[in-house]
Amino acid sequence: MTQQATATGKPAAVKGRSELGIAALLGVAGAVVLWDASRLVVPYSVSDPVGPKTLPVIIGTLLLVTAVLLAVNVLRGGRGQAEEGEDVDLSHPADWKTVLPLAGAFVLNILLIDVAGWVISGTLLFWGSVWALGGRNYLRDGLVSLAMALLAFYGFYFGLGIKLPAGILAGIL
Amino acid sequence: MDTFNLLLQGFSTALTPMNLMFACLGVLLGTAVGVLPGIGPAMAIALLLPLTYNLEPTSALIMFAGIYYGGMYGGSTTSILLNTPGESSTVITAIEGHKMAKAGRAAQALATAAIGSFVAGTIGTALLAAFAPLVVKFAVSLGPSSYLAIMVLGLLTVTAVLGASKLRGFASLGLGLAIGLVGLDPVTGQQRLVFGIPLLSDGLDIVVVAVAIFAVGEALWIAAHLRRNTMSTIPVGQPWMGKQDWKRSWKPWLRGTALGFPFGAMPAGGAEVPTFLSYSVEKKLTKHPEEFGHGAIEGVAGPEAANNASAAGTLTPLLALGLPTNATAGVMLAALMQFGIQPGPLLFQNEPVLVWGLIASLFIGNTLLLLINLPMAPLWARLLGIPRPYLYAGILFFATLGAYAVNLQAFDLVILLVLGALGFAMRRFGLPILPLIIGLILGPRIESQLRKAFQLSAGDVSGLWNEPVAVVVYLLVALILCWPLVALAWHRFRPAKEEEPARGAGIEQELHQSRL
Repeated sequence: MTQQATATGKPAAVKGRSELGIAALLGVAGAVVLWDASRLVVPYSVSDPVGPKTLPVIIGTLLLVTAVLLAVNVLRGGRGQAEEGEDVDLSHPADWKTVLPLAGAFVLNILLIDVAGWVISGTLLFWGSVWALGGRNYLRDGLVSLAMALLAFYGFYFGLGIKLPAGILAGIL
Repeated sequence: MDTFNLLLQGFSTALTPMNLMFACLGVLLGTAVGVLPGIGPAMAIALLLPLTYNLEPTSALIMFAGIYYGGMYGGSTTSILLNTPGESSTVITAIEGHKMAKAGRAAQALATAAIGSFVAGTIGTALLAAFAPLVVKFAVSLGPSSYLAIMVLGLLTVTAVLGASKLRGFASLGLGLAIGLVGLDPVTGQQRLVFGIPLLSDGLDIVVVAVAIFAVGEALWIAAHLRRNTMSTIPVGQPWMGKQDWKRSWKPWLRGTALGFPFGAMPAGGAEVPTFLSYSVEKKLTKHPEEFGHGAIEGVAGPEAANNASAAGTLTPLLALGLPTNATAGVMLAALMQFGIQPGPLLFQNEPVLVWGLIASLFIGNTLLLLINLPMAPLWARLLGIPRPYLYAGILFFATLGAYAVNLQAFDLVILLVLGALGFAMRRFGLPILPLIIGLILGPRIESQLRKAFQLSAGDVSGLWNEPVAVVVYLLVALILCWPLVALAWHRFRPAKEEEPARGAGIEQELHQSRL
């Protein structure tokens, strides 16, 4: 995710190079896979000459090779084609004012889910996401969020037999 | 027992009230996600995976297949009325279909798409029922070495043939294979890529990875580029077709089906190529060439049929060989594995009730889809007006809910966010999603097959190519890997212009081989 900081409104030359971040990511991933493979013990075995190490080494090498090739490709002006879609408008740059609050709501849910319980954390997740995406009808959005979280809680409990954490509302729900 | 009897038994499975209900649910959900922007069948199935843990596997797969077929129907509605195809396979439908809609012929465009999808889906499913047992009969005689070769072929074709950039395809494949390594080595029990985190030693849950890449990554990506100006949909009445429309549609339907099924069945065929081919065929054969580019009904009928027939084709290698060839099939394979069902040629032997119930349910689902799509198209079109904040907040909400419900641990949500960020970056920088998912699913199976092959040959390397099929498939793999060089040489001798036929010829060759 390091390359994302550069994706906003820089000159084209700099902006285009942000893809080098992906090459770096691939390189790091390859190095980690190879490092991890290096500490595996390969027991001598006639019937398993492949051992636990072979595939990790191949995959790590593949990642390193693609990392180098991608870096070369980007420096030579190659660009990945960003994905399009029905609701995707690529004419404006990535809107971090939407994505970061969304990620924030997500993290908040992770932190709260086991402590405060799903109903509270889920409501905040939905509400926060709607707000981040531009919903400004606070009351309606809040009620919808609460309804969704409650519905999920009871739906999972009665329908699937899965007990989502009730958290501080234990006893009430 | 012959195929026909097995199919009849399948119908008795699929027609139980429970399974019929799941088929209905599947086609309704499928149509909805097909119509809704931002959600496709693969994401929908990924989101539903955690909810189906306790279901009967047959019922769950019947629902998933309904979603797959339904997504194809719903996708055409969006392309015709909105002119922004969500999937590459409906690009062509959008070209002619949207022109028709603008010219006030939306009803006919929707009708020919829906009826063509029905015709193609039904014929395609019949071909699936006829061909899959033949493929199985052939495949059960294969040893691990051949099976290994076929899986390697599947992996490489998905990576090297599809997508704009092979390099980025291989990068994505590498990431998927690496994610698949996490956990215990199946033979020696050593930890790989666990980093001392006990929660990782069981490996990454495939459901969590699929939800992260398909749902979280996609929702974040769309959020970053959310369309500010709302798009206008073309209002539509009841779909119907006049006599002239029928006359002009039925041949393209059949031709589209003939193109779509074989392409769907090959390791890297997909739905995209046959729709393009169908379009160019119809353009050549039409008696109304002046209408092409201005809303020719043949240009909707053919590609839509090709699109749906390819969906049936995709299920052939999935059920007969355990080889997924597109994202939706990949997620369906993940579903099979979630239920502890071993995919592969033995599936037909070990799970006849499931396989034939599933195939029979496809016939039923197709009919249901025609019934719910033809009269209710205006209703479905209203789904396009859903407030976007609710839609994408909902995707994130259900993604979180599902991933958490798998193991009830917040740690899975951290993985969900990290891999969701990866999915976002991949979309931003044009790394295709498919090789990652296929690599994640096939990687561990390739490794175990490889080691099984060696065990059977007592460690002799020749165990890798002791079967003729394996040798043939490896030659094919070599051909695909060397294809860029071959193409380069080709262009040296015959500069420019020949690109499309050359690619088509290569694909046909592959097609020939992949049917074996």
